[in-house]
Amino acid sequence: MMPGKLAKTAGFLIYAAILLILVPRLIDSYERWDLYYTLTSVALLSIASAGVWLTFFIGRINIGQAAYALIGGYVSAVMVVDHGISFWWTLPAAGLFCAVVSVFVGLPILRLRGVYFAMVTLVFTEVAKMVALALPITHGASGIVNIPLPGALEIFGFTLIPDFNTLDNSRRGFYFLSVVLMLICFLGMYRLVHSRMGRLCFSLQQNEELASSIGVNISYLRIVAYAISSFLGGIGGAIFAAISQSVYPSSFAVADSINFMLNCFLGGLGYVFGPMLGTFVLYFGWDWLFQTGKYQLLIFSSILIALMLVLPNGLLSIRLPGWKKNG
Amino acid sequence: MEQAIVNGLYLGSQYALIALGLTLIFALMNVLNFAHGQLYVLGGFITYVVYGQLGLPFVLALVATAVTLALVGAAIEKFLFRPVIRRSVREESTMLLAAAIAFFLDAVILLLFGEKQRGVPKIMDGLLNWDFRIVMPYDRILIGVLSIFIIVGFILYMQYSKPGRAMRALAQDRVAAQLMGVRVDRYSMIGFALGAMLAGVVGGLLVTITGVNSGIGGPISIKAFMMVMIGGAGVISGAIAGGFILGMMESVGLFYLSSYGDITYLIIFASLMVFLAIRPQGLMGKPWG
Repeated sequence: MMPGKLAKTAGFLIYAAILLILVPRLIDSYERWDLYYTLTSVALLSIASAGVWLTFFIGRINIGQAAYALIGGYVSAVMVVDHGISFWWTLPAAGLFCAVVSVFVGLPILRLRGVYFAMVTLVFTEVAKMVALALPITHGASGIVNIPLPGALEIFGFTLIPDFNTLDNSRRGFYFLSVVLMLICFLGMYRLVHSRMGRLCFSLQQNEELASSIGVNISYLRIVAYAISSFLGGIGGAIFAAISQSVYPSSFAVADSINFMLNCFLGGLGYVFGPMLGTFVLYFGWDWLFQTGKYQLLIFSSILIALMLVLPNGLLSIRLPGWKKNG
Repeated sequence: MEQAIVNGLYLGSQYALIALGLTLIFALMNVLNFAHGQLYVLGGFITYVVYGQLGLPFVLALVATAVTLALVGAAIEKFLFRPVIRRSVREESTMLLAAAIAFFLDAVILLLFGEKQRGVPKIMDGLLNWDFRIVMPYDRILIGVLSIFIIVGFILYMQYSKPGRAMRALAQDRVAAQLMGVRVDRYSMIGFALGAMLAGVVGGLLVTITGVNSGIGGPISIKAFMMVMIGGAGVISGAIAGGFILGMMESVGLFYLSSYGDITYLIIFASLMVFLAIRPQGLMGKPWG
């Protein structure tokens, strides 16, 4: 039933090679530079969606990821603009800040389940936006603009990543950055889900009381999973702020939170790589339908409804009929 | 202050009606209906067309709205939610469907009615003025009273009619109700139709006062979620309480804090999060609904 470990590694390497070598070649030869931006967005959104997927994995519906993306974007932007810190330091800082925030937010709200958790996280998205509007450090409604492009990253005098200003096409730089991060993220996610901790998390999804009764530390696991999820949201948001060189309170709103969730649903909740596929299909589908003008939303939503009717368990469930490993 | 309380009561009666429909659908089918606000907008536009454009009596417009929305709700349940619920592995999948339906209705409403703010002629002129402490136009009073009548009618229907009893049984325990011979599919459909109808009727009532535009569906849904959360998901008395509490908080908050901008909503949202952290099931909900 399961392909061998070697085959999986090979598959992943081929996939990475396609993304990192073939796709840039194709884009360069067809001169479709706009695709860099689109694919970068897909990569970043799928990182954030992977976080949402992880909370689904422990049995929670998370509609609050946009809040962490927003926080991550602001942390990075404030550090870069107001304190002149290199972007490469602010990136992990943004993620860690979000993880710390999520521990404090998560401690009380992770006790909630089902729709209650979903609703509180939805409300949290709104709270984050309003706090961004009210705090002086975020510059209110005008947001933070003119964020400089990331500079060079040097370790012991060795230039690891060149200054984005010196690149002839900074979009290309962001593409590589996002795709590499996405690959690392999903690799890590795959490892996590298939580790001992992943098994324990899966037990939470099925029955928390039972898991608790046989000695699983459920509150610890919930917090850790939620913190990882928020970390990913913060990373995604921070890079987004760097690409668009601006961040506003409305950069990430409720609609984004819902989209992150939809990406997971569409790809399939039972599959680690579901969020990646879901994000890709949703984002490209929406972009591609742009040519239909005012019927864009109508066609888009009709296709979504039709997909739900045909494949209620996500796109990835089509390839593996009868494979019910993760529920 | 008196003014703020009266406004709160008026607002609360509208909110309670919206929350009632949402909580009914949730109780019966465990579906979080993201499209609830869009159903409200659709109802508003139907009343706008029948009453505002065709010039027919307001009561007739409300009836037309109620019937159309009930049909739409029944169709959504029968052709969309039922097959998906039957076939999906995790019941959260219905959330994607609900969100897709919300997008779809948004698109349809936008195409049919455009993006302009629409209003209709007042149904009643004049205003109540009590010593300038309470100033309230008559049409608002009428709409408020009408909503309270509808709420009472709905409660009586749920308490004493046969479909009402069946739906309450369904909400308590779906399997047990089925074993006792309740036709689960049929009453789920009736419940969804009723919920959609309530949303549409509020839209129809409010179009006479605030008007309607195609963009307010989403925000209305979020408010409805909040009311349901305050009162407890799936509990009718909770939805009514939640509606009045949110209406009162908004009205009083805006009265005292309007000079600070959006701070009212920040306080409402933040206190809701704190409240839910302390009491996860809301005021009257079952734990882990």
